[in-house]
Amino acid sequence: MSGEVTAEILTTHVLDLAAQGKRLDGRGPDDYRKISLEPGFVSTADGSALARLGDTAVLAGIKLEPGKPFPDTPNAGVLTTNAELVPLSSPIFEPGPPQPGAIEVSRVVDRAIRAAEAIDLTRLCVTPGEKSWVCYVDVHVLDHGGNLIDAALLAAMGALSHATVPAKRFGIAESDYPLEVLHVPIECTFVRLGEAIVVDPTFDEERASQGRLTVATDETGRIVAMQKGLVGAFSPEDIKATVERAFQHGDRLRAIARDGAA
Amino acid sequence: MGSVGAKDVPVLLSPEGLRIDGRRVNELRPIKITAGALKHADGSAFVEWGANKVMAAVYGPREVHPRHLQQNTKAVIQCKYNMAAFSVDERKRPGLDRRSQEISKVIAEAFESVVFAEEFPRTSIDIYIEVLQANAGTRCAGLVAASVALADAGIPMADLLPAVAVGKAGGAIVLDLKKEEDNFGEADLPMALVPQSGRLVLLQMEGHMTREELATALDLGVQGCRGIYEVMKQALRDRYAVAPGPDGAA
Repeated sequence: MSGEVTAEILTTHVLDLAAQGKRLDGRGPDDYRKISLEPGFVSTADGSALARLGDTAVLAGIKLEPGKPFPDTPNAGVLTTNAELVPLSSPIFEPGPPQPGAIEVSRVVDRAIRAAEAIDLTRLCVTPGEKSWVCYVDVHVLDHGGNLIDAALLAAMGALSHATVPAKRFGIAESDYPLEVLHVPIECTFVRLGEAIVVDPTFDEERASQGRLTVATDETGRIVAMQKGLVGAFSPEDIKATVERAFQHGDRLRAIARDGAA
Repeated sequence: MGSVGAKDVPVLLSPEGLRIDGRRVNELRPIKITAGALKHADGSAFVEWGANKVMAAVYGPREVHPRHLQQNTKAVIQCKYNMAAFSVDERKRPGLDRRSQEISKVIAEAFESVVFAEEFPRTSIDIYIEVLQANAGTRCAGLVAASVALADAGIPMADLLPAVAVGKAGGAIVLDLKKEEDNFGEADLPMALVPQSGRLVLLQMEGHMTREELATALDLGVQGCRGIYEVMKQALRDRYAVAPGPDGAA
């Protein structure tokens, strides 16, 4: 499991099972693995959360620092998302500059947070054009058991939902105050296994798959981001059906991101 | 998409249903494709699409570099999407940024879905996309150029890959966003189609749409891709068609 290569026989087995509506770990096509979220995992961060999806573990930490707004958005704070697939999480990752896979995770997560307007960036402005908060969302993948995107956004939204703006520490206000989260985007990722499309793929299912599709939704019924990844194809009908499934899972995951329940 | 604090948002859709450049919602910008535009590449294509100018070159199948990426059962497909520093209004810092790397990855994966890579084990098929002038939709223009370049290089594949971005601008679902619609519109949805199977091998989305709007957008995009497919095939015919002989035989 989770080795550098996935045996052909395992791939075949995953596909055979999928054709019968079954999966290696006994789940149905529309079942997530056990989800848990532990907010406040790191006390040195301004917000943090450890998300687990089965044996995938992802930690997100928030840091807020005073900085300068971008010249083209003088009335808004700055939000940056970064994901690191550190070598401790899987034998397939090596030290060095971020690989395309890590860049994809951070960009897809960032896109959902930004497009959903999860954070009202204008509230992070201190003095227009001069001073604003810079909100760093750093995602560390600790254990790569597949479906990093969903776990990463869940961790990031969990961390943001429990974050504090350290205004007192930086002498900007009398006291610290909670970071306001307006919308909670949730990403649901599916992979194609033959003609079956299953949610929350494991590492081995991702390796065996013919295409991955991520759909980000928010609580208002909007689709805010999508990403097709890996080698493979989806028909427009596949995509529409997958979007419906993403909406069905969204509310439960959103409640977990907000409340940190298991 | 929701540029925070942006001023002077242009009117993206007139009461008559016309867009900023006079197009209807389902109209493509003018597109011109030249197959074999470069002399030294194994295959190449130049795409002029609205105000986009994109060149693509294909090298290979050739030795894999770096060597450790070599695969014993198939060719590796490597893609580098790059924007020239002068291709956008404000000079872009040269080199690979994260956006370029993500785009390179999804384009390579799209081609891996159609190229018969098993025919060339232990080799690399290298795709280079240079955006020379950008006006929204450059990843789609790059993909179209690369697809024609692959055909020009004689790489066997299941199909050409037409691509287009659909989006939401001025409240309407529109085909083939141009720059103002991309910057000030509500959503952007680039896609690439395998025309023979009707399936999508590239799909990204940012912004907001309802599920009904998404369904409309997918249908509009597929229709747009089919239009671009014809232009791609014609570009290859223009390059490779042989003038008929005196007896009418080719």
